[in-house]
Parts: sequence; C-alpha cells; structure tokens
Amino acid sequence: MRRSMLFLPGNTPNIIVNGEILGADAVILDLEDAVAPTEKDSARILVRNAIGRMGFGKCEVIVRINSIDTPFWKKDLDEIIPVRPSLIMPPKTGCAEDVRAVDAYITELEAKLGMEKNSVRLIPLIETALGVENAFEIARASGRVAAIFLGGEDLTADLHCKRTKEGNEINYARCRMVCAARAAGVEVYDTPFTDVNDDEGIYVDAQYAKSLGFTGKSAISPRHVQAINEVFSPTQADVDYAYEVMEAIRIGKEQGKGAVALRGKMIDAPIVARAQQTIAMAEELGMGRSEAQ
Amino acid sequence: MSEIVKRAAAGTLESSDVYVELEPSDAGIEIELDSVVAQQFGDDIRRVVGGVLAEQGVERAKLRVVDRGALDCVIRARVETAIVRAKGE
Repeated sequence: MRRSMLFLPGNTPNIIVNGEILGADAVILDLEDAVAPTEKDSARILVRNAIGRMGFGKCEVIVRINSIDTPFWKKDLDEIIPVRPSLIMPPKTGCAEDVRAVDAYITELEAKLGMEKNSVRLIPLIETALGVENAFEIARASGRVAAIFLGGEDLTADLHCKRTKEGNEINYARCRMVCAARAAGVEVYDTPFTDVNDDEGIYVDAQYAKSLGFTGKSAISPRHVQAINEVFSPTQADVDYAYEVMEAIRIGKEQGKGAVALRGKMIDAPIVARAQQTIAMAEELGMGRSEAQ
Repeated sequence: MSEIVKRAAAGTLESSDVYVELEPSDAGIEIELDSVVAQQFGDDIRRVVGGVLAEQGVERAKLRVVDRGALDCVIRARVETAIVRAKGE
C-alpha cells in the first residue's frame, strides 16, 4: 500500500533518522535535487548506511538517484543497490531508452552481487513534456517498472508556464499519466503539493488526484502526509459497499445466476475488481465491515 | 592498507549529525572526540569510528570528531566519506 510518499533530503541525518515515524507509507530518499553536487558522495554513503543499518520499519524505501545525463547515477546505484531498496526512482525520464539504460546497469549489479534478477523495481519520474508524451512507452519499457510518477515542478518549467495551486497547467499531464499507467498495468503517483503551509489546499489537491485515478501522492513535507493518507484510504462506506458486492457475487454464484445486481445496478468484473482492491486495502489498514451491516 | 594522503572532512555540525576531520599521521590512530554525549556514549562512538577505520584498512590517521548526537549509522557514513575523500578517490 502506497498512499503517501514523503521526500527526504539524502544528506540530512536529522530528517532521515526520523523517516519511519512521519506517517508516510513510503519514503523517497533523495540523492538528486536536495543534494549539492559537492555532497553527492556523502549523501549516497549516508543513505546506504541508513537503509542498511538503521532501516525504516514499515515504510517502503525508494531512492531517487541522479538522472542519467549526469556523472552521478551509476555511482548512486553502485552504492545503493547492495542494500536492496524497494524501488529506484530515476528522474527526468524522457523515453523508454532512459529506463532501459538504468535497467541494464541494475541487471549488471544484481548479477555481480548475486541478487535475484529483477528484484529491484523502478518508479520512473516523468517531469518533462517529452516524458509525458512517452509515458506509456516508459511504463512498459521494462518489467522492473512498478509505477510512474509525475513531477509537476520541472514539468511546468519545461512547458514554459507557471505552477499554480489549482494545477490547470498540469491537468493534461495528470490525465495522460494515469491513462498510460493503467494501460501498461502499473501504478501511478501524483506530484507533491508544494505549499507546505496550506493545510486545506493539500486536501483539495489530493482529492482531485484521487478522482483522476492516481494510486497515491507524494509530499515534500510531513505536514501533508496525514491528509494524503486520509484521502487515499477507503471510507467506511467504501469498505461496506465492497463487502456487499462480494457477498452479492457469492450469493449469485450459489444461486447459479449469470448476472448479479446490487441496489439496482449490475455488478460487472471491474466493480468486483475494485471491491477486492478496497477490501485488501481495508484489511491492511485494520478496517472491517461496519457492525450494522 | 589504505593510505590517507590528504586532509579531508565530512558531515556537519547540525543536530543528529557528526563532523569528521581526517588527516595523515605518522603515528597510529589518534581520535579527538568532542560530543554532547561524550560521558555516556564516548566509548561507543570511538568504537564505531575505530571499526570503520579498520574495515577500510586505515592504520594511520588523525581524526577530529565533533558529534551532535548522531546515530551509529550516521557516524559510520561520515567517517567513510571522510576516508574516501582523504584517500583522494
């Protein structure tokens, strides 16, 4: 379950050591924008030690490496792959070939380290106009791709427009990314809401992302984590409905019915799939069916 | 054995971090420690620092370690970084 992903600067011990208690489902340890070029060595060694020796409890660990047009990305992977992060986030992914370059190098490292092939997954960060247009090809460029991730800040710079709270300027990219990810059968995550002092704005932005089909959303501040978790968690009504759907399907099967209806609406395969997803998530969150049901 | 060829530093004086300065020495390992928790954890910090030096094959170096309440993994990382830099790699 990845509702929220929190960016943590890779060379800042007092933030990293608290990573697992900030409430996010995943932390993104950043070796890229949050780290000065002169401290890249220091950050990757710190992140490697933090993952390998401290751990992040139940938090999934993602590492954002430097982009493949820099001299840093292979050194990042040399240092980080041995401690087996769940996911590697290559930034500025513009096309399928960018994914394949990272994939090939990780394959080399996995073989050298005696690791199971394809044990490290990828979550390419798409933050250019080219990347958005190639989102589907990026999403299916490698079996390692578990999800794609929208970066709104760099994207708006590339689009020559201003990033706003309303986000109209990234609406096309959001919709295209969701469609590309779903078509490729991978998850999709939304860009952070960057006004860390706007506690209402984060709810609105997260609700909009959820309504478009995003799996979850990232944050650059721990202040936004709770709002994101709330928005991307099923409500009690969602959970109760999901159980009703599964119950109706069970009864329908027992009665040998080809088609099943609930509250006057036909239950088809996508509704059943959504109900199963909701129940799986509810179980992970410790939510059960309402007692009144 | 790894040779320390130049003076180098890593880390910061921020909370939860440690600043490590490393320089060549003709003697063995000399560690000067300044820590807010030196009384309680001074020996542990020295052990972690010494352990990293041994793992990296450093037998001669002079270190100044200014600790601001860093966890072991942070101390290890900063000492490693200082060694990499001091070896001129």
